Amino acid sequence: MTSPLEQKKIRIAGPSVVTANRTWDGLVIYRTARGEWSATLSEAAIVRTSEEARALLAESVADDLGAVGAYIAPVEIKESGRIKPGNLREHIRFRGVTIELPVPA
Amino acid sequence: MYAYDQLDRALINERVDEFRDQVKRRLSGELTEDEFKMLRLQNGVYLQLHAYMFRVAIPYGTLSSRQLRRLAHVARRYDRGYGHFTTRQNIQFNWIKLAELPDALADLAEVGIHAMQTSGNNTRNVTSDQWAGVAPGEVEDPRIWSELLRQYTTLHPEFSFLPRKFKFAITASAHDRAAIKIHDIGLRLHKNAEGETGFEVLVGGGLGRTPFIAKTIKSFVHGHDLLSYVEAILRVYNQYGRRDNIYKARMKILVHELGIEKFAQEVEEEWQQMRGNSLTLDDGIIEEIRSRFTYPAYEKLPHMPDELKKAAHDAHFERWRKNSVALHKVQGYAIVTLSLKPVGGPPGDATADQMDAIADLADKYSFGEIRVGHEQNLALPHVARRDLPALWKALDKLGLATPNVNLVSDIIACPGLDYCSLANARSIPIAQELTRRFANHDIASLIGRLHINISGCINACGHHHVGHIGILGVEKNGEEFYQITIGGRADENAELGNLIGPAVPYAEVADVVEDIVEAYLALRVRPDELFVETVKRLGVEPFRERVYATR
Repeated sequence: MTSPLEQKKIRIAGPSVVTANRTWDGLVIYRTARGEWSATLSEAAIVRTSEEARALLAESVADDLGAVGAYIAPVEIKESGRIKPGNLREHIRFRGVTIELPVPA
Repeated sequence: MYAYDQLDRALINERVDEFRDQVKRRLSGELTEDEFKMLRLQNGVYLQLHAYMFRVAIPYGTLSSRQLRRLAHVARRYDRGYGHFTTRQNIQFNWIKLAELPDALADLAEVGIHAMQTSGNNTRNVTSDQWAGVAPGEVEDPRIWSELLRQYTTLHPEFSFLPRKFKFAITASAHDRAAIKIHDIGLRLHKNAEGETGFEVLVGGGLGRTPFIAKTIKSFVHGHDLLSYVEAILRVYNQYGRRDNIYKARMKILVHELGIEKFAQEVEEEWQQMRGNSLTLDDGIIEEIRSRFTYPAYEKLPHMPDELKKAAHDAHFERWRKNSVALHKVQGYAIVTLSLKPVGGPPGDATADQMDAIADLADKYSFGEIRVGHEQNLALPHVARRDLPALWKALDKLGLATPNVNLVSDIIACPGLDYCSLANARSIPIAQELTRRFANHDIASLIGRLHINISGCINACGHHHVGHIGILGVEKNGEEFYQITIGGRADENAELGNLIGPAVPYAEVADVVEDIVEAYLALRVRPDELFVETVKRLGVEPFRERVYATR
């Protein structure tokens, strides 16, 4: 995973969100436009420029108590407006493992 | 089994209290993640894709039934009802909550289990042969020395902040089941011409980005000198190992860059200064550790009891017996491997219910003892041969009698991109598909011994470099691709596999493996020529031709 520090140098190529894991239980979370965290991708703040991305990441990293390991992740915005993860890694974080768990959830 | 004393118990309990306080301070904001990260890692707590992952040590792969039941309890109470046995005699829980970790650690501490030495740049869990103490022909039980090393390295202040992680493995058998040649220090117990017990010491093995097979640094170190010699190695590594580049920080890189002769000379000079000091193990210390390992009161039993003769008429039982039952050092007993590789299942996973049931079977049939192997299977080490038919029936009901040990579907695989934050590609679905392709036992038996190892990234937790067939997941333009190597092995003749050609996409991996296996069946000169022997004889080319001719 690219560290937040390195990501500061990265230009985003398309719509992106900031994601992290919740500190107390590790749950996958997304930064919202209200400056909070949500477990729902559809509530994530979408950034479209590198400047916006860096600002959202800086704000997210500052919340050290609420979240761990914040970073910028690509998303895809469908014509319907639905937000989808932009790569397989993020898809798995969002949807869960691609296999059947030994004990069904 | 090894019996912990008051000092061991106090150490583990103090560690739980310390971590409870650290977690409390993290959750209150008193500690930042930067401050806390190293503390959690030193207690086996990683952050993975979906949650925290908790890695628990099973030193030298020995568990009591009480301990296994407690692992089942942790899986059920704090996780999602299952655990994953790793390639280094640990178990991992994938869904643990940070806030509940101190309670989980406290529950484990009650039965003498901990998570020390499962992460961080220190000496890791000391691993050994899962058949230690029961394998015929063994020089002596290597767990005595494993335990000495465990006690010596645990929280050792000088070696808690090494340039990088550091792994030991020990074997005492001619056939190496502990993969000692892919460890920083590999130890092979043997006797010298005078009949004294000592070690061949190998150094600089390891996989990951830059794989190396360990080289012998000293052919015989007397048991009395084990700790001082090991400390000399660690001191040389601690002094000269690189801290400026994480990819060059492992001891294998130092050994490679200095050369084994120069490295050995540095170690020898260091050792001569310390030899004979307080690290010398006198017989009293060794005997004290030895005395804390208890062995079952074996009965005098026949090698071929009536129960076994009768069950031999059952083809299913015989298939399992021939595959999963090994000779024991005591007549009338057997070592039974429990395959955690069911067709279509994730390699190395066991549910809490299975763990409880195995613990019950261990009590009934194996003097309450279970072993964990680096191949991600379990073993019952002391089963009376008369009990084999009854045990088989019970295991079969639990889905733990798949007769595929050491066969093509006995796949070693890391958690891969389904769980791991380092992974580039998935491992488990590839393994599952391969187990379905090779589900036919007659075909698997015809193929014979064939180890497939899968890693989801170059860190090589699935030991792909030493798989007879190695599969490494990589990412290409956002897609999962897999590099295939053949000819690797992790035993006493350890070798790194060779790449057969360009990486193939996810959807083609199982087809490629089938092509390789078909090529082998056509190329072998006799039925008992193993896959690795055929590759050794012919090289990669015929396999490359077969795989890429139509791709």
